[in-house]
Amino acid sequence: MKSRVELRHYHTDISDFRRRLLIVAAGVVVAFALLVARWVDIQILHHNDYLVQAENNRISLIPITPNRGIITDRNGRVLANNYSAYTVELTPSKITNLNDTINAIAHLIPITPVDRRKFFKSLADNHHFASLPLRTHLTDEEAAKIAANMFRLPGVEVNARLFRHYPQGKVAAHLLGYVSRLNDADIAKLQSAGRYDNYQGADHIGKTGIEQSYEALLHGNTGYEQVETDAGGHAVRLLAHKPPISGDKLTLWLDSRMEAIAEKAFGDHRGALVAIDVHTGGILAMVSQPGFDPNLFIDGIDSADWDALNNSPDHPLIDRALRSAYPEGSTLKPFMALAGLHYGVRTPEQTIYDPGYFAFPGSSHHYRDWAPNGHGTVDMHKSLVVSCDTYYYRLANDLGIVRMHDFLSQFGFGRKTGIDLEGEKAGVLPSPAWKAKFSRQPWYPGETVICGIGQGYNLATPLQLAVATASLANGGTVLRPQLVQRIVDSHTGITRDLPAQIVGRINLPPAQLKVIVDAMIDVTRPGGTAVGAFVGTPYLVAAKTGTAQVVGIRQNEKYHAADLDITHRDHAVLIAFAPADAPKIAVAVLVENGGHGGTAAGPIARAVMDYYLLGKSPAPAPQTGGPVHGH
Amino acid sequence: MGIKRILLKLSSHLDYPLLIMLLILMLLSLFVQYSAGNESTTHLLMQGGNLLIAFVILVLVANISPWHLLSLAVPLYVGGVLLLLGVATFGDVINGSRRWLHLGVLRIQPSEILKIAVPLMLAWYFHTRQATLRLADYGIAATLLALPVFLVARQPDLGTALLIAASGFYVLFFAGLPWRLFLGSAVLAGASLPLVWHFMHDYQKQRLLTLLDPTKDPLGAGYHIIQSSIAIGSGGILGEGWLQGTQAHLNFLPEHTTDFVFAVFGEEFGLLGNILLLLLYLAIILRGLILTDRAPNMFARLLSASITLSFFTYVFVNMGMVSGILPVVGVPLPMISYGGTAQLIVLLGFGMMMSANTHRMLNKS
Repeated sequence: MKSRVELRHYHTDISDFRRRLLIVAAGVVVAFALLVARWVDIQILHHNDYLVQAENNRISLIPITPNRGIITDRNGRVLANNYSAYTVELTPSKITNLNDTINAIAHLIPITPVDRRKFFKSLADNHHFASLPLRTHLTDEEAAKIAANMFRLPGVEVNARLFRHYPQGKVAAHLLGYVSRLNDADIAKLQSAGRYDNYQGADHIGKTGIEQSYEALLHGNTGYEQVETDAGGHAVRLLAHKPPISGDKLTLWLDSRMEAIAEKAFGDHRGALVAIDVHTGGILAMVSQPGFDPNLFIDGIDSADWDALNNSPDHPLIDRALRSAYPEGSTLKPFMALAGLHYGVRTPEQTIYDPGYFAFPGSSHHYRDWAPNGHGTVDMHKSLVVSCDTYYYRLANDLGIVRMHDFLSQFGFGRKTGIDLEGEKAGVLPSPAWKAKFSRQPWYPGETVICGIGQGYNLATPLQLAVATASLANGGTVLRPQLVQRIVDSHTGITRDLPAQIVGRINLPPAQLKVIVDAMIDVTRPGGTAVGAFVGTPYLVAAKTGTAQVVGIRQNEKYHAADLDITHRDHAVLIAFAPADAPKIAVAVLVENGGHGGTAAGPIARAVMDYYLLGKSPAPAPQTGGPVHGH
Repeated sequence: MGIKRILLKLSSHLDYPLLIMLLILMLLSLFVQYSAGNESTTHLLMQGGNLLIAFVILVLVANISPWHLLSLAVPLYVGGVLLLLGVATFGDVINGSRRWLHLGVLRIQPSEILKIAVPLMLAWYFHTRQATLRLADYGIAATLLALPVFLVARQPDLGTALLIAASGFYVLFFAGLPWRLFLGSAVLAGASLPLVWHFMHDYQKQRLLTLLDPTKDPLGAGYHIIQSSIAIGSGGILGEGWLQGTQAHLNFLPEHTTDFVFAVFGEEFGLLGNILLLLLYLAIILRGLILTDRAPNMFARLLSASITLSFFTYVFVNMGMVSGILPVVGVPLPMISYGGTAQLIVLLGFGMMMSANTHRMLNKS
């Protein structure tokens, strides 16, 4: 048995044990030195980095989006306001599979294909945003459902957000414009303007209309809270607080009821109307038909809606009142007549004989009057009442294009009116200089003749026509048209009324002007071209009708509306102001392919004037969402 | 017998240098826990209670005769292994691991018992076999060690399994494990690493990968390491001061009273505090090694070595993990972390160590 036992020597045992003990002790010291090395690394060498991270952990700046300014019409009816609603928002960077997450949400609350489309569209458009809304306007119950399941939906949040709303829907859509989600282009613009800081936490910006042109006032100033937060993102302690300042409240000159009446008066016609306060330049109504519902745009428009609006042959998104220019047609004649008086080329009593055409001496080319057999002997008064073309062919020829241009430009033709909206067109007031620039060709005398009746190169927006008409009405003052009447600082409550801005004064001797206005009044009386529309008004109306040719009619042909494709039919134009003896309102109406100005455009102008001057509504008071009555 | 005499008798088997250092550590624990527990008095009293119970156990165990400890070795080991088998079959699954066992009202984690039972068992084994030690005895001892390690690793609780393996290995090492065997097994262990990787659970692999680059998954597996590094790093040289650490107080630091309490300490007391704390631990370990060196017999020597070095292992693994140089395993910082069982095991160990070193053991045979 003993042979199998390994005898161990006590002393070697002990010295081996000691050696092992020393090795282990050395190991302990080395291990601890490693720890110290690591601490030196993070507590001294990288101390600042970690300190910054700890501070970033701890302190967060929470921007507080200001309330956007409210927009009301002149009577305080709200055109644009805000409301708060729950949205479910996704943070794509925290989500591995967006479709899976959206499907999971769709099990909890209804998510339509439209919601999905909108989400992916805004995902493609917006790179700057951490989170994007999947669905808005959650009910309390839906918000609670999402909140209860948030733990298994990383990257999903329910937030209460302020939304813009246009309670009157399509009414005044073009001039109000709309807000929509900030996109990369907006952000680049804000950054270069140094205003991006004010948009921290904001996700909407005015894109068109007043929402765009008054963006700086409407947006307000972003406030912030500097808070200490815990790991859950809950604010523990408020370190600093700067309240947001709401955007300014805007009061428009517009009467939204009148606006609605005017829109309705267009029926199915395309076209535009501008009504101006002749003393201030305030826009009382500004219609472009067809319109659209600006509420569609707020959260990123659905692609189906967008295609419908953008590809429609009627171009509902274009504000025809200031972005479409049309030939003035015969509505230019009162201004031409004034030019004749101004330069002494005509007296009111001077007559011409109208055989139904004008021709240059020795030329067989006939510039035809609209009445094939002519109007016989015509003085200035009659020339306007019956809208004699031949009279103005000759007048134009006698004036010459340069004098026509110089005189008419005083009324704002060929120049932007300076309205407080972006994207206005300047139209065309032709002259040899303009033509040289435009085509490098000389000016031909025949072009002067055509321009005399508002055809040829002439183009004006309905807004320009209305401004020019207002300056006839107020005795020669050219006003800058303005939509906004009053700005109320929502922080201080200070109200600022925007003063009327005079662009220029035209020397119109009262005696000369009276000739024109008297004739324009007779336009609305028996024998005038607009008698049908204005029969029986208790106020005096001064008007001038016009038709703007869309296609030229060849020498030996006649114009027959019924033979022409509807989009080739003449546009109907009408300018008017009332009461003619003490003018308040000037109106310009254009009905695309509407035919004759008196019959197509007249009733629309009448409806607006009746409402404005008499408080009369042509149909039951418009109610949003109510049935639409035809005119 | 008066109380004075009982106290006198109880105090005669204590090692005062070790005891005083442990008491300083306990006091420190109370300060750190008051801050880490968000200045909750209840939390502080609970930790005080834990430490008091553990301290009483230390004093009582130190007065038990080493003969009793020797005779307890086998039953404790066998009982512990049986409980582990019980856990494997009847245990509660918590966080995906089967670690807890219900015994009536008592719910215990048998792997904790093995932390004591394994060194005790192996020390007993080599003590009884010292006169006739053969190479085969190391094999038997290794098997006795491997069984519970395997069972704990299977729960799965790799961290505790490694700690138990370490505690047993220290016994083998100081029992004179031949160098060629030691080196051979080290090479074998190195070669088997890919195999170990293959058998590891995904979350365990994740923890290792996370250590290499915590920023890969800052809100997931890397979160602990990133946040504790931020806490310690932002502490700088002098620290932010007691109760002033923001990482723990604002809950950025997970498990900031238990496994990650050292991050709170590092943030509030800085590099200077860290080094002082480390020196205190080092002093305790050195005192343990001195006691080991002076141990009167084989049992005392092996037990002391294992307990001292296990203590070192806990300290190093915990601080290494919290400082971001070791993977995250569930090991508390001895004496400082909040918890009852962990403190109890540590002080129980030191109690056994004092018992073995202060009692005269006459060879009965």
